[in-house]
Amino acid sequence: MTPVQVQGEVLTVKQIGAYLSMTVVASGIAEQARPGQFVAVAVGGDDGAMLLRRAFSIYQVAQRGVYGGTVEFVFAVAGKGTAWLAGRRPHDVLDIVGPLGRPFALPKDPARCVLVGGGYGSAPLFSLADALRKVGCRVDFVLGAATSDRLFGALDAKRMAASVAFTTDDGSYGEQGRVSDVLPEVIERVRAEVVYACGPMAMLEAVTRVASEAYGGAGIPARVAVEESMACGVGVCMTCVLPVIGDDGRTRMVRSCIDGPVFAGDRIRWDSLGAVPADAIGAAAQLSVAQLSAAQR
Amino acid sequence: MSDVVVRTTAEAPLPADVDMSTTLGRLEVPDPVFTASGCAAAGRELAPFNDLAAIGGVVTKSIQMEPRSGRPTPRMAETPSGMLNSIGLQGPGIDAFLDKDLRWLADNDVRAAVSIAGGSVDEFARLAGRLRGQPVALIEVNISCPNVEDRGQVFACDPNAAAAVIAAVKRNAPTGVPVFAKLSPDVTDIVAIARACVDAGADGLSLINTTLGLAIDPKTMRPTLAGITGGLSGPAIRPLALRCVWQVHAALPDVPVMGIGGIRTGVDALEFILAGASAVQVGTVIFNDPSAPSRISAELRTALATAGFAALRDAIGLAHRPPALRVPEDADPPGDDAVEPEPMPREVTFEDAQS
Repeated sequence: MTPVQVQGEVLTVKQIGAYLSMTVVASGIAEQARPGQFVAVAVGGDDGAMLLRRAFSIYQVAQRGVYGGTVEFVFAVAGKGTAWLAGRRPHDVLDIVGPLGRPFALPKDPARCVLVGGGYGSAPLFSLADALRKVGCRVDFVLGAATSDRLFGALDAKRMAASVAFTTDDGSYGEQGRVSDVLPEVIERVRAEVVYACGPMAMLEAVTRVASEAYGGAGIPARVAVEESMACGVGVCMTCVLPVIGDDGRTRMVRSCIDGPVFAGDRIRWDSLGAVPADAIGAAAQLSVAQLSAAQR
Repeated sequence: MSDVVVRTTAEAPLPADVDMSTTLGRLEVPDPVFTASGCAAAGRELAPFNDLAAIGGVVTKSIQMEPRSGRPTPRMAETPSGMLNSIGLQGPGIDAFLDKDLRWLADNDVRAAVSIAGGSVDEFARLAGRLRGQPVALIEVNISCPNVEDRGQVFACDPNAAAAVIAAVKRNAPTGVPVFAKLSPDVTDIVAIARACVDAGADGLSLINTTLGLAIDPKTMRPTLAGITGGLSGPAIRPLALRCVWQVHAALPDVPVMGIGGIRTGVDALEFILAGASAVQVGTVIFNDPSAPSRISAELRTALATAGFAALRDAIGLAHRPPALRVPEDADPPGDDAVEPEPMPREVTFEDAQS
């Protein structure tokens, strides 16, 4: 898998509930992409004031079509960059890099999988569900959001999954509450063996905890795709780091773009997100504020 | 320099014919575009997007003796035409760097300009010593580091401290490998620091490092970066960087300079060359466009050709030549062709007396 940079023509921009979905011709990305990978999109034009790429997980790809391979991603307008993106129209050209990151690993043997999505974080889970079903896995979904218009992919989920549980914070659709409130029951009911999740960090932490406590504490693995803010998406800026425990048991500050975005949930130091744990490799004695003032990368 | 003639576009060479080679101390490179330290990791991640062996080289992320995990997050904030970063020199330490990163660069025929960073003069000296016998094209000394032996005072902000680091690096560095000091713009007189580094033995200067900035998150009403302040980079600082290159080249015209700061296009790079840079480094633009090093090299080649340069070297420092004050020889004295003023319009009346 080698990421490529393409100038892709926008095919469609669709409003889906509170979100926008954009389909772009992206030959080279579409053919290589695997579930859980993402694209990094330049915003604001060649001479614009916004330099940092925006990363979006891939919702779905079409490998062949009239236009060549296409990539579809989902986003919410959250700032100037996504507002600019929302203003793109068919035939506009986007600078896209992808596919990036490590995809979701599939079970070696058919397994019962619960896929948990929060808001439009569910976007990469539908291609994952497809891939899982192709290798004989059972797939059940739990989708949650703050409000019903922020649930993404309800129809996709219903079409693909053996069962779907919905939650909303305000109770406007499905159960009132969080995905982690209903997840224990779903795991027990379907005798789940794996949990996959994508969504906000707090949700991923809760899902990881629920998975570890399943079956009276025996636990099942959780594979989670994190959302860390990134500047480049390709591994050179070192801004998207989080503390992750390696195979050797030691904690490192790893890049979520290169080493992730999918991690084993129990490897992430959830209590230390945003910090450098004192036992992390290379955690220096904290510098004083005066020392922090050096302009350095 | 007064005999340099900027040729007209009618005589412009083809871009492919422009000699892009340049000289950085004892290092001759076929292309003047390097990646800037901290913006390309150790090169490998950019290989899918660039022919790294064809550009000038990769300036690696500053390496220290020990592994370092850097600062907490958030580590970056987007700002107008730029960004703030506070990474904290996260890196694997010199041993792993030599074993893995430098080896990869050598195996792939990429010229490695190794950036070193230390918390003391001694650490800089030891780092330079570790580079002996290694495939290193150039050493860039990141003196924008706090000196732990001097209350965190940044080496780059004090001519004596900067000179002490450079002298120590020169004593220990592999023979024949040029040593460049990378200067901070956050000083009153950058020429004084530049001169101190050159007097201490620096073979050249990298101008500039980031300038210190701050962003505040209006939601939390706290600084956006976990490290409070961060280094500002990107096109926002290009005029500042260009000014520094200009001033240093004017004062020290024989010292090779690598121009760094907000270069986004080949024309931006040409500005730095004209201001006196012998080569350029591209940094933050890589986050915007991972193909930027190769693209900017190609664009610079075209820009040089369009301006009539057969060789990059002919353009270095050319903006320092005196302004042309020629009056065109065939200009007529004023008045000869004086145009009669148009007569004032008169009121027109018609035969049929309609109004």
